[in-house]
Amino acid sequence: MDRNSNSYTFLFAVILVAVVASALAFAATQLQPAQAKNVKEEKMQNILGTVGISTSRDSAQVLFDKHITQRIALGADGKEKPEVNAFEVDLKKELKKPVEEQSFPLYVADVEGVKYYVVPLRGKGLWDAIWGYVALKDDVNTIKGAVFDHKGETPGLGAEITQEWFRKRFEDEKILDESGNFIGVSVAKGYQGGDNKDDNAVDAISGATITGDGVTDMISERLKNYLPYFKENTNVKVAANL
Amino acid sequence: MAEEKDLKKKEELILFLSDTDEREGLLGKKNRKLLSDPLTDNNPITVQVLGICSALAITVQLKPAIVMSLAVMAVMAFSNMIVSALRNLIPSRIRIIVQLVVVAALVILVDQVLRAYAYDVSKQLSVFVGLIITNCIVMGRLEAFALGNGVYKSFLDGIGNAAGYAFILILVAFFRELLGAGKLFGSEVIPESFYDFGYANNGLMLLSPMALITVGIIIWVQRSRNRTLIEQN
Repeated sequence: MDRNSNSYTFLFAVILVAVVASALAFAATQLQPAQAKNVKEEKMQNILGTVGISTSRDSAQVLFDKHITQRIALGADGKEKPEVNAFEVDLKKELKKPVEEQSFPLYVADVEGVKYYVVPLRGKGLWDAIWGYVALKDDVNTIKGAVFDHKGETPGLGAEITQEWFRKRFEDEKILDESGNFIGVSVAKGYQGGDNKDDNAVDAISGATITGDGVTDMISERLKNYLPYFKENTNVKVAANL
Repeated sequence: MAEEKDLKKKEELILFLSDTDEREGLLGKKNRKLLSDPLTDNNPITVQVLGICSALAITVQLKPAIVMSLAVMAVMAFSNMIVSALRNLIPSRIRIIVQLVVVAALVILVDQVLRAYAYDVSKQLSVFVGLIITNCIVMGRLEAFALGNGVYKSFLDGIGNAAGYAFILILVAFFRELLGAGKLFGSEVIPESFYDFGYANNGLMLLSPMALITVGIIIWVQRSRNRTLIEQN
């Protein structure tokens, strides 16, 4: 067959595409369970990480079942939605829905008798999505721990938000100001506060201003949704001026 | 009769795998040259100045640079082999598209495998695995070598060029991580006492312009050692 004829070229292209497409489809379906397991276990690992339990991915499932006592999905009004499986909620899709249809997952953890509330976060970094989890102590004000992750921030700059030294800055920070108004924690450039834990701010990463602002925004925007629930269900007075 | 047929088949296979005009050992002199040349006098980054983009992007730390090198090596070796095996079938008018499809398929495969079995590494490399598709070295070798050479030689050529790429990547990453963050493989290597004497990490090393400058310095050193590489005029 003439290799320069149109029909040969066309035939070759069709066969090539069909072969490649089926090979990739096969590989993707074969690898999918392993990938999904990684993602799920990493999520558990992250949630546990905020309450001070560091674990390998393999043992995440066991520890998660042991320490996470409640998984609640909340509506925008702070009411529980028992019909929604909190762990399966995908914040990325959730945030695109109209506000009244959104549900927000809340994990209640019990570590050696102490209660923590773990809130998933999601926001925008410089290049792509950033997300994370923040755990509040049972005064619903002090941060127990936070983990952050990102899709495509610059390695060495924005991507450093995943590092422990950055996450540690959030420990014991307050999300409310002195009179109980909700502020969040801002990632501040030129931070002078040192170890001050009551100023609602932590030091930023140089070269990662926009990623830092993204962290600030996602903490304040996501936590805001939980205030009605905290107000109803805890003894602590949250956000007097809400 | 049957033996003769077998022998002929074997010969055909050898012809298909190696070049038509010559036969030599698996790692004969010419084949060794395919591996060693790209490491030195024909380095894809410092001599041909290809694949610069990814050399800038993932050389902030050593570990991602090494994994990226391995990923590129896998993609180059296999894409070279596949294109070389198909070289007499590919219609020349759509050969670039065919090469692109082969490379893209392999890159997606590498990405999926990393995600399933080396999840942490794949997260670290994030988008850059996908960008192997646009790495000029891969397409360059397919066009320049695999289309005209046997499968085994193309395999060696792929490994050799990827090794040349990896060598520079790792060298640049070494200096950037060491001088920029004072670390190697993520652990501190510069003793605390240095910092007490006023030594400071150079944050500029972490930004991409310094990767370009580091590559420039490597090119400078290489050319001053081997003057035949310097272009006349």
